[in-house]
Amino acid sequence: MNTIQSDEPLLQVHNVTRYYGDRVGCLDVSFDLWPGEVLAIVGESGSGKTTLLNCLSTRLAPTAGAIEYRMRDGAMRNLYQLTEAERRLLMRTDWGFVHQNAADGLRMNVSAGANVGERLMAVGQRHYGNIRSTADDWLGRVEIESDRIDDDPRSFSGGMRQRLQIARNLVTHPRLVFMDEPTGGLDVSVQARLLDLLRRLVSDLGLSVVIVTHDLAVARLLSHRIMVMRQGYVIEAGLTDQVLDDPREPYSQLLVSSILQV
Amino acid sequence: MNDTAQIYDQGEYNFAYLDEQTKRMIRRAILKGIAIPGYQVPFASREMPMPYGWGTGGVQVTAAVLGKDDCLKMIDQGSDDTTNAVSLRGFFEKTAGVRTTYETSEATVIQTRHRIPEKTLTEDQILVFQVPIPEPLRFLEPRETETRKMHALEDYGLMHVKLYEDIAKNGHIATTYAYPVKVNDRYVMDPSPTPKFDNPKIDEMAALQLYGAGREKRIYAIPPYTKVKSLDFEDYPFEVQKFDKPCALCGAENVYLDEVILDDRGGRMFVCSDSDHCEERRAQGHTGPMAANPAAAQITEKNQRETTR
Repeated sequence: MNTIQSDEPLLQVHNVTRYYGDRVGCLDVSFDLWPGEVLAIVGESGSGKTTLLNCLSTRLAPTAGAIEYRMRDGAMRNLYQLTEAERRLLMRTDWGFVHQNAADGLRMNVSAGANVGERLMAVGQRHYGNIRSTADDWLGRVEIESDRIDDDPRSFSGGMRQRLQIARNLVTHPRLVFMDEPTGGLDVSVQARLLDLLRRLVSDLGLSVVIVTHDLAVARLLSHRIMVMRQGYVIEAGLTDQVLDDPREPYSQLLVSSILQV
Repeated sequence: MNDTAQIYDQGEYNFAYLDEQTKRMIRRAILKGIAIPGYQVPFASREMPMPYGWGTGGVQVTAAVLGKDDCLKMIDQGSDDTTNAVSLRGFFEKTAGVRTTYETSEATVIQTRHRIPEKTLTEDQILVFQVPIPEPLRFLEPRETETRKMHALEDYGLMHVKLYEDIAKNGHIATTYAYPVKVNDRYVMDPSPTPKFDNPKIDEMAALQLYGAGREKRIYAIPPYTKVKSLDFEDYPFEVQKFDKPCALCGAENVYLDEVILDDRGGRMFVCSDSDHCEERRAQGHTGPMAANPAAAQITEKNQRETTR
């Protein structure tokens, strides 16, 4: 499935811990992520999934632990020792972040084309025609019609907004994308289309993805590996099919068995 | 500027209204602004005896740089004799007692509201701008903490998003005033709401430019001979407004024109926005298509002489 061959991990997470005062966000989480790999983090609400994701994506400094990322030049760098300028450049070139609520990740008062083109302009592209045709191309890839390019995302449906957000993130060909419940709040048929689209893009582009979801079906469809979190700890990790078909921990068993069978 | 500090009788204003400590504070901000062209320096803006929006920032900057021997010119939208210019000129006549003028070439300090004189400024002149909103990123990013960070990190992609939107919606860059510029290849700056027609004049200008925003408590500056580039796209380059007719009174071309409505049947004329420039040209004998016949002026004068007699 993945096109990039590498023996070296893209992201290394060492004992990441985050406290909110006395309360626990996430505790002692360690894992490696390889290029082209999709990792799902599942668990119930309040289990620390989003805290962990925010720590990984430098949006929230962990209380303890280290996160290293392999930069494009091949060197491993500790994310929290980068300068703010380097972190920002990373966020808008090499990384993407797809929010659960598309309005958080989009500029709602500028057109769809400008939303997709913003990253290009941020990294120095100054040719209107090229920016526009790239934006148009990306809208096509996420199945938004060309004639919507000058419309505000406010006039888009929930599913379209989410797809626009994905296009906006992928336009600079990032290597790592973080997703926080990308299908949350969408109805089931729209979810299915979005998952299809995501699966295709991820495999076409060889993306590494860390996806947070409480929906095991999403994890099953998209991810190669899965981590089950509970009360801040990672209680079980492994290949997705293995964990979902044969969960070891009692809590994982509960989680898997609580899926409604239609 | 020690000559401004002196003992005053009770009830008299200190020179140029502000006390000397305040002027020192503002001068420090100005010096910092000059050292970092285009950077918005916060300063402790004072309450002035006029409402915000009347140029309290510009007035404070002018008060801080003004000396006894200076000659002051006040411009409001290019004109010397409209409300704002008249009031502020009166303010400094009263509180500083400096010489004032309408003539651009005679002035040493020019405070302006939204225009730059058509006549090329020289090295011994200071141009002070009144700025309502100094932050060029404000309408794109409402958080001040975030815009400061964006300036610090030179994260200016958002500015081009605005220009992109302009082209997408209007087919061309429709921003006509407060057109964003990049100063000295570093800071993106709002040149106050001057028409973009004036942007090329800011570039490599011989005079010192000071920008004061009173309500927003910011001062910024462009030292003489500094590179100032108007932002644009490669395929949509920056261009200034063009007027298809010359000034109706003095016949000047390649100047910024104001529209004057003449009646309620669509009658209008376009005249120089810079009133001093227009008058000077007319004095030199240039006339535009709608200028009054000089003979008419002579008749009026004759009539007046006869009535007074």
